[in-house]
Amino acid sequence: MAEYKKIEQRKKLWEANVLGKVLARFPETRQSFATGSALPLERVYFPEPCDEDHYLENLGFPGEYPFTRGVQPTMYRGRLWTMRQYAGFGTAEESNQRYKFLLEQGQTGLSIAFDLPTQIGYDSDDPLAEGEVGKVGVAIDTLKDMEILFAGIPLDKVSTSMTINAPAAILLAMYIALADKQGVPRDKLQGTIQNDILKEYIARGTYIFPPAPSMRLIHNIFAYCSTEVPNWNTISISGYHIREAGSTAVQEVAFTLADGIEYVRSAIQVGLKVDEFAGRLSFFFNAHNDLFEEVAKFRAARRIWARVMKEKFQARKPASQMLRFHTQTGGSTLTAQQPDNNVVRVTLQALAAVLGGTQSLHTNSREEALALPAEDSVRIALRTQQVIAYESGVTGTVDPLAGSYFVEALTDRVEAEVWAYLDKIEELGGMVRAIEKGYVQKEIQDAAYRTQRQIEAGEQVVVGVNRFTVSEPPPQNLLRVDPALREVQVKKLAEVRKNRNAGRLGETLAALKEGARSPEANLMPLILDCVRAYASLGEICGLLRSEFGEHRETVIL
Amino acid sequence: MAVKKIRILIAKPGLDGHDRGAKYVARALKDAGYEVIYTGIRQTPEAIVKTAIQEDVDFIGLSLLSGAHKELFPRVVELLKDNGAEDITVMGGGIIPGEDIPFLKDKGIQAVFTPGTPIQAVIDFIESRP
Repeated sequence: MAEYKKIEQRKKLWEANVLGKVLARFPETRQSFATGSALPLERVYFPEPCDEDHYLENLGFPGEYPFTRGVQPTMYRGRLWTMRQYAGFGTAEESNQRYKFLLEQGQTGLSIAFDLPTQIGYDSDDPLAEGEVGKVGVAIDTLKDMEILFAGIPLDKVSTSMTINAPAAILLAMYIALADKQGVPRDKLQGTIQNDILKEYIARGTYIFPPAPSMRLIHNIFAYCSTEVPNWNTISISGYHIREAGSTAVQEVAFTLADGIEYVRSAIQVGLKVDEFAGRLSFFFNAHNDLFEEVAKFRAARRIWARVMKEKFQARKPASQMLRFHTQTGGSTLTAQQPDNNVVRVTLQALAAVLGGTQSLHTNSREEALALPAEDSVRIALRTQQVIAYESGVTGTVDPLAGSYFVEALTDRVEAEVWAYLDKIEELGGMVRAIEKGYVQKEIQDAAYRTQRQIEAGEQVVVGVNRFTVSEPPPQNLLRVDPALREVQVKKLAEVRKNRNAGRLGETLAALKEGARSPEANLMPLILDCVRAYASLGEICGLLRSEFGEHRETVIL
Repeated sequence: MAVKKIRILIAKPGLDGHDRGAKYVARALKDAGYEVIYTGIRQTPEAIVKTAIQEDVDFIGLSLLSGAHKELFPRVVELLKDNGAEDITVMGGGIIPGEDIPFLKDKGIQAVFTPGTPIQAVIDFIESRP
């Protein structure tokens, strides 16, 4: 304690004698400094008297509550993060080729991008699918497409993440049906479905049903997987899209954890036991350019979630308290101008994710502000991870930035601001109410608007956009999805429809309809029967739409 | 004599939910003094044209990030013509590869704003119209 007092005294002397003179002659470049999310920054950070007194409570040991220092005792010394590039476009055949390419390049997990009709529950031949088939991901209509997508990829040898939300139960059912066909035991299946509907209402937009039946589907998945597919991550509670929509780092964590709290609370309310499902909850965050703020964000998120699970929900198993997360570098930070600069941005962001203790990572490719990435760009993005993993040396010790006066102070600051939001959301009646009121959307929009205003005013520098610009020729060789693809996909679907057993199909759909009308029924086994009978995604979602209704957006400006 | 305020519809055709840009443009144009209506996401071209006519707008700004612009933007222009509303100026924005811009202009989309465009460029375009 005596040392802190001495530091305080010396600091005053330093400010008066050294700093004052320097500032008088060489003023700083700005009046005040702040993080990318506008958290104020001190000029220099010093040890705080309370740091050591609360070390065990706030930081502890890696692999132990509150997991601030990481979820594994050895972190990357034991095993590197999973390098998982999100990919998919066009037909199942084309995407299958891209996955094989990525696996050959040393990628260690798959991440499936679905096209928008698939994500919103429309078949490729639906009029609303016009122009969208195969554009932002692969088109999946029936189990047949799934069989092609994973041809030659044994499901017990890869872990597969699927970015699918409203129809998550259906795609998971297809994956299980495929595993059964491949003869892979269900407990050998590893992977994740995103299955996070709340952030779809807030930020991402691929919702189908209203909140209540959507939450029921999620609970059904939690319950079904806890016994049937025990190593599957049943949800990936996502801040990524909240950040992409323009939130601050603090809001990203706050709204994501608030979504998580809502899922846990509502699952307990319908009778699930917290320690039976909470260990399979996973998270998904963004990584932006402000390196230290991002690291602090990841560390704070782990600590808050552990406290929430232990104190609010009385979770006892460490796995239930542990925040495991995937990271993707920030798509909205990429610039269409001078796209090669994006490689540098992605490097900084990926480094932040690794220093923050991520479990898996996607690095964006340089031309993603313009188009889907070509193979050579995807390779550079993957190589960026490999350079960090094998050359930078940052993997040699656990939580390397711990104990930095600055990073610890920033971690505490992020945590305090997140708790303030969590309290506010509780006051509003929980996250579903807060979303229905438009509160969350408005907070994000206001932050997005402020940022864009600052960029337009030149107060926030974006290299190559509002400073250091050049005139450059339009980019060449962008990847294009063949517009004729829809016809191919529609033909394939017609073929499946012609060849399936109509009697069996009718039975399974009728059973699902009945199940949808009985609130106690778990819909997962019923959906599994439907996909086995080659019911299409659009047919299943259409049936559920007529039973559950559709969500309408609260438009807020 | 009161001058009629310019009315603008910002609309998101297609299925993509990326509305950050659309909302920014809508709000920034509102702050610049225009009457702005925003449709929300996942609108069909039919619904957009109906709203545009009902609201008697002078401009429609379409925002799309999924790559379906070559199908959906021209569809809006076509439907405006079918409904005798070709006096409404259509502009577009989003992830639009440069090589698609001549095609879109040929189809009657009068201006295309790509990522990084300052809002002033949109305002200048609006003000340049007769």
